[in-house]
Formats: sequence, C-alpha cells, structure tokens
Amino acid sequence: MSARDQVLAAVRAAIRDSRSPDVEVPTGYRTSGRVPDPVGLFVERVADYRAAVRQCSEAELRGAIGDALADAKTVAVPDGFPYPVDGVALSDPHAAEAVVTTAAVGIASTGTVVLDHGPGQGPRLFSLLPDIHVCVVRRDQIVPGVPDAVARLDPLRAQTWISGPSATSDIELDRVEGVHGPRNLRVIVVSR
Amino acid sequence: MTFLGIPPFPEAARTALGDTQLRHNLAHATATIRGKRAAVVAEVPEWEELRLAGAAIKDNTLRHLDEHLVRLERSLTERGVTVHWATDAAEACDTIGRIARSHGITEVVKVKSMATQEIGLNEALAAQGVTAWETDLAELIVQLGDDLPSHILVPAIHRNRAEIREIFRARMDTAGPELTDEPADLAAAARRHLRQKFLSAKMAVSGANFAVADSGTLVVVESEGNGRMCLTLPEVLVSVVGIEKVVPTWSDLDVFLQLLPRSSTGERMNPYTSTWSGVTAGDGPQEMHVILLDNGRTRALADEIGRQALRCIRCSACLNVCPVYERTGGHAYGSVYPGPIGAILNPLLNGVGADAQTDSLPYASSLCGACFDACPVRIDIPEVLVHLRAEVVDARRGARPHAEAVAMKAAAWTLGKSGRLRFAQRVSALFSRLGRRRLPGGRRAIARLPWPGSLWTDARDLPAPPRESFRRWWQRHERS
Repeated sequence: MSARDQVLAAVRAAIRDSRSPDVEVPTGYRTSGRVPDPVGLFVERVADYRAAVRQCSEAELRGAIGDALADAKTVAVPDGFPYPVDGVALSDPHAAEAVVTTAAVGIASTGTVVLDHGPGQGPRLFSLLPDIHVCVVRRDQIVPGVPDAVARLDPLRAQTWISGPSATSDIELDRVEGVHGPRNLRVIVVSR
Repeated sequence: MTFLGIPPFPEAARTALGDTQLRHNLAHATATIRGKRAAVVAEVPEWEELRLAGAAIKDNTLRHLDEHLVRLERSLTERGVTVHWATDAAEACDTIGRIARSHGITEVVKVKSMATQEIGLNEALAAQGVTAWETDLAELIVQLGDDLPSHILVPAIHRNRAEIREIFRARMDTAGPELTDEPADLAAAARRHLRQKFLSAKMAVSGANFAVADSGTLVVVESEGNGRMCLTLPEVLVSVVGIEKVVPTWSDLDVFLQLLPRSSTGERMNPYTSTWSGVTAGDGPQEMHVILLDNGRTRALADEIGRQALRCIRCSACLNVCPVYERTGGHAYGSVYPGPIGAILNPLLNGVGADAQTDSLPYASSLCGACFDACPVRIDIPEVLVHLRAEVVDARRGARPHAEAVAMKAAAWTLGKSGRLRFAQRVSALFSRLGRRRLPGGRRAIARLPWPGSLWTDARDLPAPPRESFRRWWQRHERS
C-alpha cells in the first residue's frame, strides 16, 4: 500500500464514526468593522510600522518618487511601471539600492500593501533584494479590511503581502527593523 | 519529535526553575508579548466572531479531511507541483533527501517551520550528507548554539542579547569581536551571514501555514524576509505540509490572516506573507514538491475530544499566557511543541502509555484556562488535558500503583459509608492542633510534617483540619 493510500485510509478510519454535524461558519466579521476613512487609516497604520508614507496627486507623483529615491544611487524599475522615474541610474534588482513598484491592493486596517506581481510590480525578487522599496498605491486600491483584500485578489497569482519594513522580534522580543528584506519601505498614496 | 534524554516534566521543570537567568529572560519576553497581543486584539471588535469562524472552518474541514486532501493534491498537481505523501517522519525526511541528491545538492536553506522541526529534518539530512541552514534569526541562534528550541514562535526566547552575541562571535564568520549586543547589530550580522547562502542555494525547504485545497495555494507567514528569499531565489522548493493545514477555499484565509498575526507576534499584520499556487513561469523556483505529512495526525484525528488540537495554527499565544510555561520555559516539555498546546499535542500525536515523558505532559498545567481564552481557534486545552489525564490513568492501570492512586482508593473507601467518614473526621480533628501557622484569611495551617508528608509541606502549606466537622456543627445547631 502506498503512503498516499495509507494516510487516506487512516484519515477515513479516524473520521468514519464522527457523528457531530458540520457547524455553520459565522461571516458577520466580513461586514462589521467598517471604517469611515480607509485612506486616512491606511496612512496612519503604514506609518505605525515605521515605514515612510506620503499622499500626493498624480501631478506631484514625479517629485514624490524623486524624493523617495533621494538617498539611492541606483534603482530597479520593473516592466510596466507606469510613472516616470528620473534622476537615478537604472540597474537590475541584484545590484540596485532601491526598487520602485506599484501594488495590487492596500489594506487600511493593517497598513498592508499587497503585490500580485503583475505589470509594474516585477517578479518577486525585485521588491526583495534592494534595501529601499518605494511602493506606489492608488487611492482606489485601498480597501478597509483583510476580507475585502482577500475577495479582491486572485489566488492563482503569486502574492506578497508587505506590512512595514523587514523586521524581527527574535531577540528579547524587541522589534528591530531590517533583517533580510528591504530595510526601508516608502509608500506613496496617489489620488487620481 | 521528542527530544532525546529529556526526563518527565516534573523533573525537567525542577531543573529549569533553578535557572534564574532563564526565568528572568522568560518573564521579560512573555510579559512583552502578552501586552502587545492584548492591545491589537482589543482593537478588533469582531474578535470573538473571528475565533468562532476559525474554529468552525477547521472543524468542518477535519470532518471531511480526506476529500479536502485529495482536492489539494489535484490542484497542486495541475499547477506543476509534485505531491508526495508521508506516513511518518522517516518517510518525509527520506523523500527530501532523495530530491536533494537527485540534483546533486549538498546544501539547502530552510524557512522556519514547525513541521520540519517535528520530523527532525536537519539531523536526518545531515546523515544523508546534506547540510540544512536555518535562516530564521531565532532558529539560527538555536542552530549555531547547538541548542534546542523552547518556543514555537521565538525558538531562542530563552536566550538574552548577551548570550546571543557570544554564540555569534564563536560560530559566525561575519561576526567580529566588535559586535555589540544591540539587537539591531545582531540582526545585521545575521543578514551578512545569510545573504550569500540565499544567493547560492539551489534548494529550499519550507513548511506552510495554510494550504488552500481549491486553488492549490500555499501560504507562508513571516517577519524577516528570509522566507521570501528561500521561496524566491532557489531553483527547487520542497514544502512539508501537515495534513491538518488544509483549508477548503481561498476566502477562508480572510479569517486566519486576521487571527494569526495578532495572536502570534502581537502585530496587526506580520511584515511578510507569501502565497503561491504552483510554479510561476519566470518567477521563483521552477521545480516544486509538496510533502503531505501524517506523523501521528490521524491518531489525533481519531480522538473525538482531542481532535480540536488539530485546529492549531501554531501562533503560540497559549505559551505566552501560561503561568507554568512562563516559569519553566519550553525545554522542560521535551518537544518542539512546548507549553499548553504541547501538553496536549504530543500525547495526541505520540499516543499515551508509550513513554513516561509524554504521559507526564497532560499534568503540566494548573488547568487555569488562560490558554483557552487566548487561543484564536478556541481549542479547549483544559478539556483535552483532563481527557488525556484519564487516558494516561487508564493506560497505566495494572502497573505498580502510584501513591496518588492509593490515596484516591482510600478516599473512595472512606467517603463510601457515612460511618467511615464520621470516624475519619473525628481522627482528623485531633490534628487541628498542629496548625500553628496562620494563612491569609485567618485559617490555620500545618507548616511541617514528617516524611512522607514532608514531600507536600516542603513547598506548600497544609491547611489544618478544622476542630469540628460540618456534620458535628450541624447536629449541635439543629438541636438548639
């Protein structure tokens, strides 16, 4: 008998006699906890992680991206990034000090940006290897809570949910920003 | 999954309690994390409903686990993943070693994973000539210190910053004598040490926090980015997934991605969550394997009361609130699963009656219930502890009777007839004079008894029996 058959047989034997019926899963959590100003909450909660966050109009975006890259000498720009990036030398993600990406979703209640690695976001290592990650999120991409984000995202796409810079609490449970991922996360919320 | 050479809990706990440095480190760490968790949980008004939803989803899934596993296997296979099954630790380790050898790989990088700890993967791979590098900071501290993990989330919770600096100085080539004990410095040393390993590794081994049956999605929740490195840079990825990790649909994650980070690190969301559904062309590993692991889980599943332990999402909230864990630390439990969840999970996975160490674990609790209150999936740990104590007693009937069993038999005999009880109460009233010490509230206590009573009075007060039993008092007052 293969391991597969053994495991499945053991599972079936274990649950064969369970008489308790399936229970109903409450879903009230999906509609409660509405927030009046998701964008405002998003900005506040991103900042709580000690990430830099800034709001701007589409006209101001060029300058905002430039400011966010002011301390980087090289930047990786993924295919399909729709905004102008200037004043910084382009590089591949292995060598770049910074990377700019768009995002798929922003979550207000947790201050999270979600990348689904579509156009403008690059393959996963783009937003991982450089030390500075500048992420541009549109206002209309920001949802109130985790359930809204899960509903909006396509599970078949690889995703990276990012909440603040890389961190660890492994030493005496003190939070330290910056281990292996980017030590600097700079989020720009652009209205249009 | 049990550490070799660890004695039963009472003995191991006594040693741990004598270690003042350990107790100081633990008291500091658990108090910090308790405060953080309480603050972020209080922020979510629908928390109780989320707990109920989490428990219900897991329970429903376990009741039809065979169907969900078959569906998960199909979804993964359709998306380019090779699925293996393992009945026990040895089969899982053999499969991983075989995959490494088929590529001529002698070094793998690891994402922190309880399942791979449980199966003793690092030791098994070493025996096959493959070196496994832990990349989570706490796991690295444990690995470099030739130490054992003592907490589910923070395996090096028993170490303070000065001890960690010493381990890094001794064992890490990127840590010079100028290394300070600032956590930021220590983290930076680990970053330098591991970056080269990430870039050169050909194969990574991960676990998974969740496996979604209908989409074939695996989820890894982490903080440092070492997980992202391992899941992105190597060419081959092997994920070891306990069969209880399956959830039916993608939308179920909206419950668990709220429950887990707030319960675990006490954050609104952990820094990084990676999800992937099979191979993505041009992005990340192009060869993927998933090992579906039993290793005792079907034994736990067959126990209708104990089954709820398989809801566990490994957050470690129960450890942080447990008055026993806070004082003894994790090593005393003798397993990669310490604390209240370990006290039920180890006997459920291993079976009771097999060894004294496992059988001692259901007693490693005061049954105060703090673990149940903190559990994000409402595992009634005290209920399972009591159930397992009964199983241990049943399994050990026929063996030489314990003093406790003899005392219980004597009590049953005494309480069985009112005449016997009256006699016993008269005798015990004679001992009320021994109560020379006052307890808070005014009750008298016996401070010291000769052996074998000293086994009790060495560490605790024994309340003195009252001069008059309630039944005598009642008879007097009824007459008047």
